[in-house]
Amino acid sequence: MDHLPTLVSQAHEAIKSAQSVAALEEIRVRYLGKKGELTALLKGLGKLTPEERPKAGEQINQAKQRLADDIDQRRHTLEQEALNARLAAERIDVTLPGRGQPGGGLHPVTRTLERIEGLFTRIGYDVAVGPEIEDDYHNFEALNIPAHHPARGMADTFYFDATRLLRTHTSPVQVRTMKNSEPPIRIVCPGRVYRSDSDLTHTPMFHQVEGLLVDEGVSFADLKGTIEDFLHAFFERDDLSVRFRPSYFPFTEPSAEVDIQCVMCSGQGCRVCSHSGWLEVMGCGMVHPEVFRHSGIDAERFTGFAFGMGAERLAMLRYGVNDLRLFFENDLRFLRQFA
Amino acid sequence: MKFSEQWLREWVSPQLDTQAIADQITMAGLEVDAVEPVAAAFTGVVVAEVVAKDAHPDADKLNVCLVNDGSGEPVQVVCGAPNVAVGQKVPFARVGGVLPGNFKIKKAKLRGVESRGMICSESELELVEDTSSGIFVLSEDAPTGEALRTYMALDDHTIEVDLTPNRGDCLSLKGLAREVGVLNQLDITGPEILPIAPGFDETFPVRVEAPELCPRYIGRLIRGVDVSAQTPLWMVERLRRSGIRSIDPIVDITNYVMLELGQPMHAFDRDNLNGEIIVRQAREGERLVLLDGQEVNLRPETLLIADRNGPLALAGVMGGENSGINPNTQTIFLESAFFTPLAVAGQARSYGLHTDASHRFERGVDPALTELAVERATQLLLDICGGEAGPVKGVSDVSALPAKREITFREARLHEALSKPLPREEVSGILTRLGMQISDLAEGWQVSVPSWRFDIAIEEDLIEEVARIHGYNNLPVRRPAARLALKPQGEARITQARLRHQMVARGYQEAVTYSFVAPDLQATLLPEAVSPQLANPISTDLSVMRASLFPGLVRALMHNLNRQQTRVRLFETGLVFNGPLDDLNQTPMLGAIVCGSRYPEGWSGDKQNADFYDLKGDLESLIALGGQPDTWRFEAAEHPSLHPGQCARVMHNEQTVGWMGRLHPEVRGKLGLKVDALLFEVRLDALSEGAIPAFEPLSRQPEVRRDLAFTVAEDVPVQALLDMARAYAGEHLRQVRLFDVYAGKGVADGHKSIALGLTWQHPSRTLNDDEINQLVDVIVTQAREQHSAELRS
Repeated sequence: MDHLPTLVSQAHEAIKSAQSVAALEEIRVRYLGKKGELTALLKGLGKLTPEERPKAGEQINQAKQRLADDIDQRRHTLEQEALNARLAAERIDVTLPGRGQPGGGLHPVTRTLERIEGLFTRIGYDVAVGPEIEDDYHNFEALNIPAHHPARGMADTFYFDATRLLRTHTSPVQVRTMKNSEPPIRIVCPGRVYRSDSDLTHTPMFHQVEGLLVDEGVSFADLKGTIEDFLHAFFERDDLSVRFRPSYFPFTEPSAEVDIQCVMCSGQGCRVCSHSGWLEVMGCGMVHPEVFRHSGIDAERFTGFAFGMGAERLAMLRYGVNDLRLFFENDLRFLRQFA
Repeated sequence: MKFSEQWLREWVSPQLDTQAIADQITMAGLEVDAVEPVAAAFTGVVVAEVVAKDAHPDADKLNVCLVNDGSGEPVQVVCGAPNVAVGQKVPFARVGGVLPGNFKIKKAKLRGVESRGMICSESELELVEDTSSGIFVLSEDAPTGEALRTYMALDDHTIEVDLTPNRGDCLSLKGLAREVGVLNQLDITGPEILPIAPGFDETFPVRVEAPELCPRYIGRLIRGVDVSAQTPLWMVERLRRSGIRSIDPIVDITNYVMLELGQPMHAFDRDNLNGEIIVRQAREGERLVLLDGQEVNLRPETLLIADRNGPLALAGVMGGENSGINPNTQTIFLESAFFTPLAVAGQARSYGLHTDASHRFERGVDPALTELAVERATQLLLDICGGEAGPVKGVSDVSALPAKREITFREARLHEALSKPLPREEVSGILTRLGMQISDLAEGWQVSVPSWRFDIAIEEDLIEEVARIHGYNNLPVRRPAARLALKPQGEARITQARLRHQMVARGYQEAVTYSFVAPDLQATLLPEAVSPQLANPISTDLSVMRASLFPGLVRALMHNLNRQQTRVRLFETGLVFNGPLDDLNQTPMLGAIVCGSRYPEGWSGDKQNADFYDLKGDLESLIALGGQPDTWRFEAAEHPSLHPGQCARVMHNEQTVGWMGRLHPEVRGKLGLKVDALLFEVRLDALSEGAIPAFEPLSRQPEVRRDLAFTVAEDVPVQALLDMARAYAGEHLRQVRLFDVYAGKGVADGHKSIALGLTWQHPSRTLNDDEINQLVDVIVTQAREQHSAELRS
């Protein structure tokens, strides 16, 4: 009994210096186990006088409790240290790039076409497409461009034979749609078109989006509103100035060219707008009655408007591309800029 | 059409500066392309007379001249021009003057002789673009001492309008002035044109054999003309400012009248005409040497001016070499005609020509001008070249002239079209100034269209005229109203956009390649392809329609490889063209090409190149969008572009819808391609077919799985075993997984091991071992019988 303090302090030392949960367990067994040294002291209480016994018993039990607490505490510490060590060992460099296939990207023309289609389909237009090898009738005749019409000189056409050609605009799709459906008609026609022209500012193939709306009571004011809204939405600028200039297309009457305030210089005048402050971006007009006649639509009852724009031109203005030919070289260094 | 602003202002002169006029007509539909000063900036240049000329004492090529510049004392100037002569009137730059390019004139000594000023050439004044040699000799009556800018009226601008093909009526000063007059509500005043009284009776006979193509042909003889006369400076300058060079006074006058009034004219040498003028279509085999020296074989539909000897001129296009004015011409036959647009349309182009005359006749020349133009030209001719005119004589078939056009113009229709009621007086004013004759109707106006407006035939044309003059930008803006009707949208359909976005998600960049390709490239890749060939390609490299997306993709790959891009993943969507023109398929396809490493160069180890199965995985991810992978098959097959051992025919619902594989090494060799590439292309319509999901209740019963490993001959496709397993595994089979393919140690030579994991589940009860064992036995038996497959133990 006299060596209880010694025993306790020995046990304390051992607990303090234990370096693993296993070593700690050994200490517990050695002091507090069934055959442990403190347990042995309890068993030796019988040798004491009845008066001494309760006090000594209490002292031993208190010591046991203290040691058990110490062991628990130490175990907790050791477990915490072990976890910390493991976590430290599992540390990685989170700045390393992720694994797997990085994404690609849409071609800027597709990106532009999808955007234009999106703007129009949201307000109820359908997307219509058609063949690219067309016949004279759909590309010209039905659009009020008879043979020898001076307007045929406006579009340098790629021919296969006397009557078959690569469409010079997506207007044949409008013709086909008008033939096959009843007003109200609201469509946009995106697609490839072809003209035999190749220089700094022309490629023999490019993309157009044309739009057509046919209904009762459609007026020039509706056309102006639609075009203005579209251009404001496309360039995300509500203050963009838009102007309509009389022009000529055989398939519309009245016809107009649409200019916007130059988006590069805000109308101040720069190289892109030839210092005029204006950029020509699309053509439009009210559908010519002759076109309706070819399509079997009653021109007295229905009126409509049509418009057409070049996707490359809009993409160039929107993204600042300065060379048209880049669109068809498919250089990855170019394409990746539009991902 | 280019014209001088001063000339226009003689006809009509609004209170607007040059740019404002340009803006105004642009906004009326006559788009101004350029406004340029007619002469560069220079000062201190006056008309002077050369009064003395002596050879320079110390230089062979220089002269020492004295000029009278009107200031009093003659001025000494050294001049190097060979053509300087005493008595000439010349432009003289005084000391202190500044020539174009900010070249300041100073006192100088040339080889020891003092020179105070400079006698100028046209190029030094930038009046011509070429470097003319010699000084610019002015007319004898040029007033000495007057500023050259004043004398030549150089403070003027050239305005160039890019006219749309419907506005042939504006290809003259008269027409342009009319427009400016309408826009500014001003009257226009042209030159006074009076009939010239004939001084003799002789006429030259004219016979028109094709009145439907030439309803009106008139002419007159003019005798005793001096073809060596000088075209006056004012006319030369006006022609120059319209981009036309002075040739000789007769040609200059006909050009001038064409610019002024819009009527192209032609002058023949009377003595070179035989018998009569015949306006007729060409005959087979006829030939004509044109003014420009070119000889053409005439086609039968071509309208000609001929005489009894044969063709003289292409009507409305260009004159012939042998009948034109020459230095010996005494008597002129002056032609003014109305050729219908149809008679001339396409003719010039078919002979590779484009002339000022054909440009106008194709678009329509006012048939009422014919006579007026003859009188105007005669007047100018007599003034400049002298001579005497005969009577105007010719042929006119009124019934063949364009019919008079009458249009009923409804006021209500106009208002509806523009969503704006315009005052009646404004509309009548616009129409009247445009030259329409109008009479009021209860519903609007009865409009008679003037003979020069070939583009106005229907009510809509009048609506455009009113809208245009009123100003498009002064018209209201509104949004179309429409019923909010829902439209059907097939849920099963996979859109092109979705497929494209899936390719993007799989790491592809989208390419857009030309739809026409080089025939040799296409032949290398697809020797048997038949696709339409362009009759007029821009180059042979872009002359045949693509029968497949492969040529374009391969070209795009090569473009990138040549620019150090070694890892390429591209896809494209678009039409391919197969078959002859008369049996043509234009099929939308989606194709892709892959080259280089599977992943971009990185730290994590996989440095391998992408292979067939990488590409197939990408294609399968497209197929998966449709939710019906079982309708698709890949079969070993051969394709001329692809490696025979790594090529699959892509089948959808038993139809061939595409191909995929590795580029054939031999093809690679022909293309000079040093690296491997993998390609696929599949019909978009097949990829677009999806299914609407159909729910199946989830079973609460346990799954049973059995793994079976078979050894089969190497050439047995895995697909065969999968099909067989599915066919015999009973209705409760849920899934077959292929979890291992192995060849090598432990498997006999020429064989491979295929491990399948089959999972069954019953919707409402536990499957017992016996029934599963029975199914497995059947599968094992069938595998042995059909494919000589042995179960590995």
